[in-house]
Amino acid sequence: MIVAERKPLEQVEAMIDGFERILVVGCGTCVAVCMAGGEKEVELFAAELRMKGKLDGKQRTIDEITITRQCDMEYLEQLAKYVDDYDAIVSTACGAGVQFLAERYDEKLVLPALNTRFIGVAEGAGVWSQRCMACSDCVLDQTGGICPMTICAKNLLNGPCGGTDHGKCEVDGEKDCAWTLIYRKLEKIGRLDTMRKIQPPKDYSLMTTPGKYTHEAFKETQAEDEE
Amino acid sequence: MSKDNAVQPFEPKVVAYCCTYCAYTAGDLAGSMRLEYAPNVRVVKILCTGKVDAILLLRAFEDGADAVYVAGCAIGDCHFLEGNLRAIQTVAYTKKRLAEIGLEPERLEFFHVPASDGPGFADAANEMTRRAKTLGPNPLRKSITQAAGRKLAKESDEHPPLPEAVLGKLIHHSERTTVG
Amino acid sequence: MVAAFKQAFAEKPFVVTAEVGPPKGTDVSEMIEHIDLLKDKVDGLNVTDNQSSVMRISSLAVCRMIVDRGGEPILQLTCRDRNRLALQSELLSAWVLGVRSVLCLTGDYISVGDHPQAKPVFDLDSVQLLQTVGLMNNGKDLAGNDMKGPTGFFAGAVVTPEADPIEPQMLKFEKKIAAGAQFIQTQAIYDLDNFKRFMEQARRHNVKIMAGIVLLVSAGMARYMNKNVPGIFVPDDLLDEMAGAPKEKRLETGIRIAGRMIKQLREEQVCDGVHIMAIGKESCVPDILKAAE
Repeated sequence: MIVAERKPLEQVEAMIDGFERILVVGCGTCVAVCMAGGEKEVELFAAELRMKGKLDGKQRTIDEITITRQCDMEYLEQLAKYVDDYDAIVSTACGAGVQFLAERYDEKLVLPALNTRFIGVAEGAGVWSQRCMACSDCVLDQTGGICPMTICAKNLLNGPCGGTDHGKCEVDGEKDCAWTLIYRKLEKIGRLDTMRKIQPPKDYSLMTTPGKYTHEAFKETQAEDEE
Repeated sequence: MSKDNAVQPFEPKVVAYCCTYCAYTAGDLAGSMRLEYAPNVRVVKILCTGKVDAILLLRAFEDGADAVYVAGCAIGDCHFLEGNLRAIQTVAYTKKRLAEIGLEPERLEFFHVPASDGPGFADAANEMTRRAKTLGPNPLRKSITQAAGRKLAKESDEHPPLPEAVLGKLIHHSERTTVG
Repeated sequence: MVAAFKQAFAEKPFVVTAEVGPPKGTDVSEMIEHIDLLKDKVDGLNVTDNQSSVMRISSLAVCRMIVDRGGEPILQLTCRDRNRLALQSELLSAWVLGVRSVLCLTGDYISVGDHPQAKPVFDLDSVQLLQTVGLMNNGKDLAGNDMKGPTGFFAGAVVTPEADPIEPQMLKFEKKIAAGAQFIQTQAIYDLDNFKRFMEQARRHNVKIMAGIVLLVSAGMARYMNKNVPGIFVPDDLLDEMAGAPKEKRLETGIRIAGRMIKQLREEQVCDGVHIMAIGKESCVPDILKAAE
């Protein structure tokens, strides 16, 4: 899941300064789960913007709507009949959602209310951690299901650096050393030999941005469309 | 108009979200005990303080409350085990939101009021009324005319939803293969 | 042309190198003093590469200065600041400028240094960098292209004998040797018994081991390293020895300890040499060497 966090209120305040009619658009998928931009968070955020505006003596109307997803045109379509009424749209989606919303309504000013953090998992109530950096060439089979690209700050593929400290990382003593975890896991499942193999340099061409991917099943239809 | 009416003292509006098992019962007890407490408090009975959400607290302020508090069970005594602990977190979180908006976080508080603690109920009511009086009226009450904002209706998705995915059900290999 | 540093291993039972830290800024006078003082007393001068992620003069420039002054430089090359193009380009440049030995390191993380907002690179890791050096020594670059003229580097790597846990560290140590490391420089060691245990394992491999010696200047520094530097362990008896010394004798005590350790390593033939890191006190290296006689 994409994990995001809300920007400080004052940052969003600065973005919407001078606008009177504002629509806050929530996203009901990843950011709803990580409590950053779903229906509930939109309600809270809109209330904050209203109260702040009132306290600062600003003339401002804040409306709110949350759609299923902002990364699919079908759902963005539902906003078509509303957007003309607003001076600015504040999106509480991840960066991808904000961009798609801005692309769909390209005559509108679309503003981000969140900072997108990473692809991660829920470690506990209200705590998320990064687990994947979308390298496009998964090596988890070699590393006992622990990602050296993500969990190791230096993205090392061949073992720990000298900064490993009692199983913790030199970069942040709170975080585990990826290669200590990998070693322990591979030892446990009897696959240390995979760690003895020298991994070749990563193919970073696969990570060239912007990434684009067409599902195999859709390749032919796409080609037909282009003809 | 008499002179006395001209300088009417500020009487704050205080909203209290009270747990039905403890603080609300303590309120009853305070009544039975003939305890006097600030008449400014409007009590909202809730099943558990764990149900209190940041938006509920924020709405009270948006609608003009001068102070808001949540009164729940003593630590370890929650009828639902940890509702009061969640409420403490929610109140702390909402205080930060208030500060962000520019309202004094002291206008919001959490109190532990066991069912047997009639005087505790009265103390909480008096304390929050005192705070509201010290801080003055909620500035949001000053009538700045502003459209309230609305929630737009989201129409049901254009395409009918796909059949429910079977989540959490183990499908055995054999269910997917035909014999023969 | 064989690196004089490599040659030293063939000719001497015990090889000594010292570390040179390039300055931040253009005033190189103090560093040149150190180079001139040390170049004939040691078998190689090992030049750090933006040490501790702090921006300084490049290792390569200082290596060339050492060549010009008749010394034997060892280029340190980290993966932190350069991608594979820059690393290979640096290696070619080093070779044509007369540098014959290279120490391949992963490098400290960016956040420990003075530009913590910089983009970390880590395109290759130290093992892959060692392999790259091997390819270039055979006239090929990392992409498999033929080069006009190969390099002939004597390549080395580092290991932390006190790492905890040690097993993954040893596994990587073996990979570094498999990837072409011919000499290994260790993180600072203070506990010789621990180091001997490490050497029992290391001796199984055909590689020269240089023990890292960091000059202690106070008990406070020792405690600081124990607490904050991963893989460094100063045992209590050395801590007591430093703490027991009066203020004006502290440096002298540190020099005595370093000299004693070097002497013991040499006489007992524990390893193939030492690498002396007298961080900020380079002028003390001759005294350390004297104390080790």
